Amino acid sequence: MRVFVPCDSAALSVGADEVAAAIARIDSTIEIVRNGSRGALWLETLVEVETPTGRIAFAPVTPEDVQSLFDADFLHGGAHPLSLGKSDEIEWLSSQDRVTFARVGIIDPLSLDAYCAHGGLVGLRKALELSSDELISEVTESGLRGRGGAAFPAGIKWRTAAQATSDQKYICCNADEGDSGTFADRMLIEGDPFTLIEGMTIAGIAVGATKGIVYLRSEYPYAIATLQKAIDIAGKSDWLGSSVLGTTHSFDIQIRVGAGSYVCGEETAMLESIEGKRGVVRAKPPLPAVEGLFGKPTIINNVLTLATVPMILAQGAAAYKARGVGRSLGTQVFQLAGNIARGGIVEKAFGITINELVNTYGGGTLTKRPLRAVQIGGPLGAYFSIDQFETSMDYESLIAAGGMLGHGGIVIFDDTVDLAVQAKFAMEFCAIESCGKCTPCRIGSTRGAETIDLIIQGVRVDENKKLLLDLCEVMTDGSLCAMGGLTPMPVKSAMINFPSDFTGAAR
Amino acid sequence: MKYSPFSQEVALGLLATLREEKGPVLMALQLMQREFGYVDKACVELIANFFNKSRADVHGVLTFYHDLRTTPPGDHQISICVAEACQAVGARELSKVVRTKFTDETSDAYCFGNCALGPSVMVDGKIIGRATLAKIERART
Repeated sequence: MRVFVPCDSAALSVGADEVAAAIARIDSTIEIVRNGSRGALWLETLVEVETPTGRIAFAPVTPEDVQSLFDADFLHGGAHPLSLGKSDEIEWLSSQDRVTFARVGIIDPLSLDAYCAHGGLVGLRKALELSSDELISEVTESGLRGRGGAAFPAGIKWRTAAQATSDQKYICCNADEGDSGTFADRMLIEGDPFTLIEGMTIAGIAVGATKGIVYLRSEYPYAIATLQKAIDIAGKSDWLGSSVLGTTHSFDIQIRVGAGSYVCGEETAMLESIEGKRGVVRAKPPLPAVEGLFGKPTIINNVLTLATVPMILAQGAAAYKARGVGRSLGTQVFQLAGNIARGGIVEKAFGITINELVNTYGGGTLTKRPLRAVQIGGPLGAYFSIDQFETSMDYESLIAAGGMLGHGGIVIFDDTVDLAVQAKFAMEFCAIESCGKCTPCRIGSTRGAETIDLIIQGVRVDENKKLLLDLCEVMTDGSLCAMGGLTPMPVKSAMINFPSDFTGAAR
Repeated sequence: MKYSPFSQEVALGLLATLREEKGPVLMALQLMQREFGYVDKACVELIANFFNKSRADVHGVLTFYHDLRTTPPGDHQISICVAEACQAVGARELSKVVRTKFTDETSDAYCFGNCALGPSVMVDGKIIGRATLAKIERART
């Protein structure tokens, strides 16, 4: 008898360990599988029982519910108020298009057997049959763009690194997922780490790199532990090491843990940090693909970008790019966060509207108050009002609407939010996290917070609004990276889309 | 959380494990903090000498990263996420309440990646979702 209790840290945060312990206490003969989370986070802890007709879900389960589950014979799918029926028939999940997240929540993240039984390593084996050129062409053909936020075509970046000649090249996975409202990287690493390892191995083979580094933030201790175990398991099998799956290719992966700096999610600051230095951004060029980590050609991709590559190779570029709209091809792992009734992971093809995500999937606000604003794409992303909810969630449409997709996180706010306070926070956050290299970012952020404060207090409002917009322009044009360059985005979008919060009158 | 008292000998033994690493300074500082709970002043010179760096290099790294601290921590550490997703569900207010009660051990953090179940708080390394003062007090014991 197998029962699934997630080990994802979101599930742990609401008592999954205690639920697992309570089940084991009542019947120690049950095999408890600690899977990742299926991503319906408002249902955590979501307990599943394996039956001959499929997995049956019970949620949200607290330790106090466990005895009653046994009383209702949940092990045989007995009726219980928390029963949701078959997991695969929960519409919130079944209506999604899980590609990158295909295995997350389904399997034991650290079972290599389960990984292979669910299509793992098919992509890598395919990659080993292709030439470097064919392999990179397949990735280019799929239309896959950088999921970290910059949306740069992955294949083109890989081509640049492949063409560079060097005695050493690196694959750096950016797992410094610092944007508030985003957690897909964390969930993938905790729920299906082998997919990331497979994607990095493929990247290494494609460009001739033998060393992979995952820069993983210290705020994710559970992800660090899971990924390290997965790397060790892959190293003990015939996967990682001097002969990848019995071939002449060699590939190893090391984790470097971050130290609480947001700007180190910027790729060049990340390289500095991996080199053990202050996380100060570098000017580009040279591009990291030509001169990156320790001066060597380096591919830097986000977790989701790399973790999507195995699926693209296994199913073919054509199948992947058949999804999506315009130049935003494939699926995006959207993350619903903040004041949301049904938060979690929604993986769908690009082109779904904000409204479908926030209302159809998200169910509106958690507090049941009217929804007033959403911030898309992290702390540097724009605040949108409900008037803009028919906007399509793809790279180009969001830019046209004055925002950006970023890493695909959406933070929902109810009508108690004050957008002037949020705008001020954007500037304060920039002041705290700026690496200090560019003056507009280092000093402008502090001046920006002060100026917004004056607007909130009603001091020379029109004059200060003009000054603030001027400052935003200087920050946008005068900063090397997105930290200073995009901090104006939440500020300006708040001013444009919520003008009534910037009148100086108390809300 | 339990840490060993600072000792130069232990520190040097730990640094020796990083001899083969490229760019070891940040790793070295993190290793010191993991062992002793903080980075003792003496570590700056130890690390500089061990890896042939200047003290300024090491000091620069030590003072750049929010995680690194130069004073011993208390018995408990409470980090409250005060980033946007948790703000949307009352993290600012929670932070004020917790700070008043546990002044010396509370710090703000920016995102634990638990943004659908906020407010999120880390108590002694354990993540708490839908955090309340009562839940934090329970986790602290």
